[in-house]
Amino acid sequence: MAETTDVARTTHPGKVPAPDRERDGGEPEGVFLSQGQLVLRRFLRHRAAMTSLTIFVLFVLFVYLAPPFLGYSLTDLSAGSYEDPSSAHVFGTDQVGADVFSLVMKGSQFSLQIGLLTTAIATVIGVLMGTLAGYLRRGADTAISRVTDLFLVVPLQAAAAVLINGVGGSWWLVGLVLGFFLWMPIARVTRAESLSLSQREFVEAARASGATTWRIVSRHLVPNMVGTIVVNATLTLSLAVLTEAALSFIGLGVRIPDTSLGLVLNQNYTQLATRPWLFWAPFVAIVLISLTINFIGDGLRDAFDPRQTRR
Amino acid sequence: MPAYIVRRVLISIGVLFVASFLLYLAVASSGDPLASLKARPGITQSAIDATARSLGLDQPVVVRWWNWLTGVLTGDWGTSVALGQAQAPVFSTVMHALWVTIRLVVIAEVLALLVGGAVGAIAALRQYSVTDYVATTLAFVLFSMPVFCIAIILKTYGIQFNLLLIDLGGERWLTTAGPPDGGFTGSPGHMFFTFTGTYLLPTIALAAISFAAYSRFQRASMLEVMRQDYVRTARAKGLSERQVVLRHALRNALLPVTTYFAYNFGAVFGGAIVTEQVFGWNGMGSLLVRSIQQYDPNMLMGWLLVTATIVVLFNLFADIAYSYLDPRIRLG
Repeated sequence: MAETTDVARTTHPGKVPAPDRERDGGEPEGVFLSQGQLVLRRFLRHRAAMTSLTIFVLFVLFVYLAPPFLGYSLTDLSAGSYEDPSSAHVFGTDQVGADVFSLVMKGSQFSLQIGLLTTAIATVIGVLMGTLAGYLRRGADTAISRVTDLFLVVPLQAAAAVLINGVGGSWWLVGLVLGFFLWMPIARVTRAESLSLSQREFVEAARASGATTWRIVSRHLVPNMVGTIVVNATLTLSLAVLTEAALSFIGLGVRIPDTSLGLVLNQNYTQLATRPWLFWAPFVAIVLISLTINFIGDGLRDAFDPRQTRR
Repeated sequence: MPAYIVRRVLISIGVLFVASFLLYLAVASSGDPLASLKARPGITQSAIDATARSLGLDQPVVVRWWNWLTGVLTGDWGTSVALGQAQAPVFSTVMHALWVTIRLVVIAEVLALLVGGAVGAIAALRQYSVTDYVATTLAFVLFSMPVFCIAIILKTYGIQFNLLLIDLGGERWLTTAGPPDGGFTGSPGHMFFTFTGTYLLPTIALAAISFAAYSRFQRASMLEVMRQDYVRTARAKGLSERQVVLRHALRNALLPVTTYFAYNFGAVFGGAIVTEQVFGWNGMGSLLVRSIQQYDPNMLMGWLLVTATIVVLFNLFADIAYSYLDPRIRLG
């Protein structure tokens, strides 16, 4: 791969020749693939990542679309307390007689929403902070690294728990607070990358031709960091789902009437010995979400890695 | 080097100062520690006022923070403002909790580092073998599991294992209520029995997550090292594979992992919060949850001081260790 990038630089900027023709199925001579096509092709061939992506998409669709058609009700409490699984309640009922299947579906919806909201906020803040720190350096860099120090000294769980406990436990507040506490890893990697990109000629050329800071950041730095950003966003998503579950589990996260997989686990985990399904159903949902996201992230990392030579 | 250490410590103190202010304000204004007292039937306003005054709650939050700060600077960590705590001294409560947690975390982390390091190195040496795939999958699954779920599973089946032991005419072995108050006593055999019974499950629960991180880290670093020129040189000069791996590769590959260990140590206190809750250990995690739920800023500040000091010290230690082990790194 090292020589192909050199070729690309000398012959056709922006286009990279297909990497290894024999391995990639014998492309005819002279066919060039853009960076995006290369990444997509590598990702599509990453078996674990593609399987995970399929499972994840199917799971999300199922969680949002299936419950209304399956005839289970979250509000119908007419069933008895702790009923065993039956055709009426696949995962039985909980202490108050609510259908556990519906609870797990609802919990998965909220956990996914919290994860996505957290990731969106953390990525925007992290990319802005990191890129600015790496590009502007000096004052901005110092200020941003002090803020990072601050979050290093105060453990994330503690700070988030204090805030969530203060502002109440609706799902979007939990997502908001977590987003404000999970941007540091993204800021750290984007800072490093924008530090090195800022030294390159194309950024210097942009600066020389009078581009504003905002233009350089949004048009020149961020597009060149898409790989890093996307990979770290997936890591943040899985971290957010797990952190939210832990906080809700100890009672410092999402609260009723909203719910989440962590809260469902909190309400049912004591039944593991006698009614194992009450624990395993929400547990499998969490692991499914976070495992598939981790594998997708792994596939993306391999796909974006220019040194990647394996298929 | 001394100048670097001094600068880092000063920055950390400044950061801690800001953090204490923000957290104090956040927790003190997020709720009322006297809520349960005020809800009591037949309570008079003067009684509420008297309690508030005795706990210092009648003053504005900023004044209370300032009082706390000046107290800490003279060595007085203050007392709890939570009702049930009867003005418990913060310092001794926090130190007691720290002693409970630190034993658990140190054992778990050292275990995770040793096992994770070994598994990661072997996986790297046999890249894309069955061993490698098993180790990778295991690490991924552990990564994707909430810590508390591992703890719950271990606890539940631990209790069932106890019942099985009792059925077989044995003694209860695994305990899930923290270390005994009086320490471990009795014959060496009995001490070993109670010690392992107390520590086994929470240690596994804590170590599992760190193990995943360390094994991945070690694998990546070992792969990197095995590609280096000096490893090829070592092979070329006719050393046995064993010597190449142990003498030349492994020693260099350990470097990033040990420093990651130091950086990670503070974060492990976060993971311990939930594990402690499940296993009923009265450590730093329980202290944190309690002080947040009781809106007890003084106790939370005690927790913050100890945790922050540990995090800062271990980060500093990691930086120094790195520059010592890798002379190319200069601290400045």
